[in-house]
Amino acid sequence: MGEEVKVFGYWASPYSYRAELALKLKGVSYEYINEDIFGNKSDLLLKYNPIHKKVPVLLHNGKPIVESLVILEYIEETWKQNPYLPQDPYDKATARFWIKFIDEKCFPTLWLAAWSPENEREKVTNEACEYLKTLESALNGKKFFGGETIGMVDIVASSVGYFIRVTQEIMGLNLLSADKFPQLFQWSEDFANCSIVKESLPPRDKLLPFVKGLIAKYQQDNAKA
Amino acid sequence: MSDEIILLDFWSSPFAMRVRIALAEKGIEYEAREEDLSNKSSLLLKMNPVHKQIPVLIHKGRPVCESLIIVQYIDEVWSHKSPLLPSHPYHRANARFWADFVDKKIYPIGKLVWGATGEVQEAAKKELIESMKVLEGELGDNPYFGGESFGFTDVALIPFYTWFYSLETCGDFSIIANCPNLVAWAKRCMQRESVSKSLPDQYKVYCFLMELKKKFEAK
Repeated sequence: MGEEVKVFGYWASPYSYRAELALKLKGVSYEYINEDIFGNKSDLLLKYNPIHKKVPVLLHNGKPIVESLVILEYIEETWKQNPYLPQDPYDKATARFWIKFIDEKCFPTLWLAAWSPENEREKVTNEACEYLKTLESALNGKKFFGGETIGMVDIVASSVGYFIRVTQEIMGLNLLSADKFPQLFQWSEDFANCSIVKESLPPRDKLLPFVKGLIAKYQQDNAKA
Repeated sequence: MSDEIILLDFWSSPFAMRVRIALAEKGIEYEAREEDLSNKSSLLLKMNPVHKQIPVLIHKGRPVCESLIIVQYIDEVWSHKSPLLPSHPYHRANARFWADFVDKKIYPIGKLVWGATGEVQEAAKKELIESMKVLEGELGDNPYFGGESFGFTDVALIPFYTWFYSLETCGDFSIIANCPNLVAWAKRCMQRESVSKSLPDQYKVYCFLMELKKKFEAK
């Protein structure tokens, strides 16, 4: 085929992870370039994503695609094997709805709950719990959001199911717990246990200290502001 | 047939305008129901329990929510006429990227330009002009964002043309002086019936936004 596929990412970024998991699910080989996003972003990254200057960037035959959700749609449309979005327009719209919900409400609020100062934490935590409850309802008794197999909603929900769970461990929070959200908790276990997911997730023992450092930084920056 | 499609609508919502434009481009007949956002209908609360917001497209009794998701749904269901998204995945990705840019930049920053005051407003104004220039750069010499045809990005952005008078008045700047090609693009879009019939008058929108601003300031 002679296709050139590259991912500019960051090993601990949940957004970057989405792009990689999607390519792995499709069985597409790619070259991974880890960007030093907290230090020095490469000239190539700034060239391929001049507007947002962020990872992930997917480079396909020299053409850049940016923004993780745009990348996921592109991968789905370009490589037709192992589809992760439903064919039916209504079901597709429903999947896209939950993806937007996770990306704009669920994940950011859960992250905020992890590092918010004490006086704001209760309010944010309550909001986060409401979002988790709503997200759980989207599972509706299925094993994965995509049904029997992982779909695009599951790929995006990895931010919550894995990255947030790791974050919670550090902060001693227990938001996504088995007793509060049994279905969602089970989903996060099943998801992380899929072989393709297991072998591609950033390892917990590396992620834990990294997230700890990141939270400390956020708290510090917030205290200064 | 027309009672198969219902749009839960609000006259000044740029997001609802996107859906009206898409439906008009496809020549789809539908029933528009104007919501009173201070007293939301039970239908709205039932059809969009998560966000309780308009627009909601109800097709054969099933709701589709979120304006850009609705526009894509319309494009996919009525695919035989006036395609809004291009066919090639790379161009589709580009269209989605710029629609997302409108949502991430133009909408929130624009809100601050007409809604905030002082330093916050000043900073927002600078950022808005910068963002509009970026959009102008992307437009280039093309008649529309997709190229020769009116498409997804145009649908995403043109409703914010109804904010131009408000932005210029509150921010005390001229959009045409900063972004003449963008204004030319907007006027070109307004020549399409699907757009001109879907967008309310800018001054009406200004009065509405100023009422909203007063309410927020009172709180």
